[in-house]
Amino acid sequence: MGARWPVSMPDLSFIVAQSLSGLTAAMFLFLIASGLSLIFGVLRVLNFAHGTFYMLGAYTTYQFVQWLGPGPGTFWMAALGAALAVALLGGLVERFLFHRLYVKEELYQLLFTYALVLILSDVAKILWGTQQKSVGRPRGLTGSLNVFGITLPAYNLFILLLGPAIAITFWFVLQRTRAGRFIRAAALDRETLGALGVNVDRLYTGVFMVASFLGGLGGALITPMRAVVPGMDTDVIVDAFVVVVIGGLGSFWGTFLGAVIYGQVLSFGILFFPRFSIFAIFALMAAVLILRPWGLLGRPLS
Amino acid sequence: MIRRVPWALLIFLAAFSVPALGSRFYTFLANDVLIWALFATSLNLLVGYTGLVSFGHAAYFGIGAYTTGILMKSGGVPFLLAFPAAGAFAGLCALVFGFFCVRLTRIYFAMLTLAFAQITWAICFKWNEVTGGEQGMPDIPYPAFDWVDRLASAIPAIGGYRTSDYYYFTCLIAVGVCLAVLRRIVLSPFGRMLTTIRENAERAEFIGVNVRRYELAAFVVAGAFAGLAGGLFGIFNRGVFPDFAYWTKSSEVLIMTLLGGMGTFYGPAVGALVLIWLNQQIVSYTEYWPLILGTILVLLLFVFPGGLAGAVATVSRRLARRPARA
Repeated sequence: MGARWPVSMPDLSFIVAQSLSGLTAAMFLFLIASGLSLIFGVLRVLNFAHGTFYMLGAYTTYQFVQWLGPGPGTFWMAALGAALAVALLGGLVERFLFHRLYVKEELYQLLFTYALVLILSDVAKILWGTQQKSVGRPRGLTGSLNVFGITLPAYNLFILLLGPAIAITFWFVLQRTRAGRFIRAAALDRETLGALGVNVDRLYTGVFMVASFLGGLGGALITPMRAVVPGMDTDVIVDAFVVVVIGGLGSFWGTFLGAVIYGQVLSFGILFFPRFSIFAIFALMAAVLILRPWGLLGRPLS
Repeated sequence: MIRRVPWALLIFLAAFSVPALGSRFYTFLANDVLIWALFATSLNLLVGYTGLVSFGHAAYFGIGAYTTGILMKSGGVPFLLAFPAAGAFAGLCALVFGFFCVRLTRIYFAMLTLAFAQITWAICFKWNEVTGGEQGMPDIPYPAFDWVDRLASAIPAIGGYRTSDYYYFTCLIAVGVCLAVLRRIVLSPFGRMLTTIRENAERAEFIGVNVRRYELAAFVVAGAFAGLAGGLFGIFNRGVFPDFAYWTKSSEVLIMTLLGGMGTFYGPAVGALVLIWLNQQIVSYTEYWPLILGTILVLLLFVFPGGLAGAVATVSRRLARRPARA
């Protein structure tokens, strides 16, 4: 920390390496923030607990890997299982608790999601302790590759490809399928959609589950790169807020753009102003809110 | 009907006896409650009275704490100047931040207050030369109490107090004055107008009220009093740390306000008292205080949305409605 890189020497491969590391971070943020943005777009709620779902995804992956033991494909099974488990938890929370707060003020909904943060992070501490946990890289992705003269861990490369793949799948589902059309319709006018005979309640539960799945998947996939520790939830949720605010709350491609911008600002900011890169991120968030509150690619709320 | 009992004044006077009656520990606890009561009441002016949900109120608390801390530790400024400076500087920052925030509505307002709070936190966290960075600023000095001590020892039957006791008295007087001022503000025509804006901003606009200017004024007043609370807290805590401005602190104070009852004047103070007391009781049994706090919060939201004040009101209304039987 603190070492300034020689700005006078613009080494191209170095810049590429830096920007790729920013992109990798961006893909995780995108996974997490897209769930947050989906919930906001449809339910009009900022879900503070989304970061906690991410953390639970990471812990559950660790747990599943422990149970399954070493072997080919165990990491993938564990990651998928963890994301599904988190989705189930999200669905239960929505169905039995959150559901009842839709009629109340926004503040109550926000505070409920914060209560979930408090409760679930302590549950995680009870189950897994405060020691940090780590998960090995999955088989086949332990090595590193040489791309444009830069050495890149194979797992990072995989994440770089997976991010856009998930984005495109997600976009396809939203734009081209019946369920996606319902989700978009619910974002615009939930009452009319209900009047047309769509089961809006079930749709909301579904949206909450999909969003929780994405958050859990983000947590699951980050385990080979970062240690799983308590407190990873409260840090990531603020990052995800920044991403969705920059891109536009409820806007799908906006979230993608926001994540990419966040990753680049952070990885280059650390080079040029190592001390104030976090500051730059929040300043960017404030600037977007002041100049264009609905975000770069979002639409103003009616 | 007897004349109304001035409960607030009686409690204020009774609170002076805490160091003499209770142990050092209770004085510490009471001091903590006092400061948080002021912090929560300042937030209530925004959330409860004006209907502006701020998710970054900790920013002004942190700014106040750093202002007093830096002035007293690095500048050697006496407390009597450093304390009001906390309110003034926090109020100034609230003016700048609030200018932008009140232009936005609801969720965007909350997000922008959060963004400004995180900016404040990032500055405190990284600006090592001034704020001490991640390590914070330990060893903030107590105000100079030697003249008080000399005065007290001259009078028989008083004296024998510790510095921390004197600081408790200082906080008690400061918080008492601040709460009295806040109460005047809430009951003034200005305060009534804030409530009107909360109930219906559009209608307030129609009758010729400059809603934004009123909201900004409320934001500045709330920020300034949060700054004063922060100024007191830094000294009480014997150190100022960046997490004073972190977003989780903003949530904590919001929970206190909600627990006591939003929109009732003394609700947040009661919320501070109950929460700190509960914390104290529970921490001796279990380390999982957040779990308990989260559960309390869920109960509040689902069962007692009006907070303690609302619960008391409901219960007393039920009792009153019950016909008196012989």
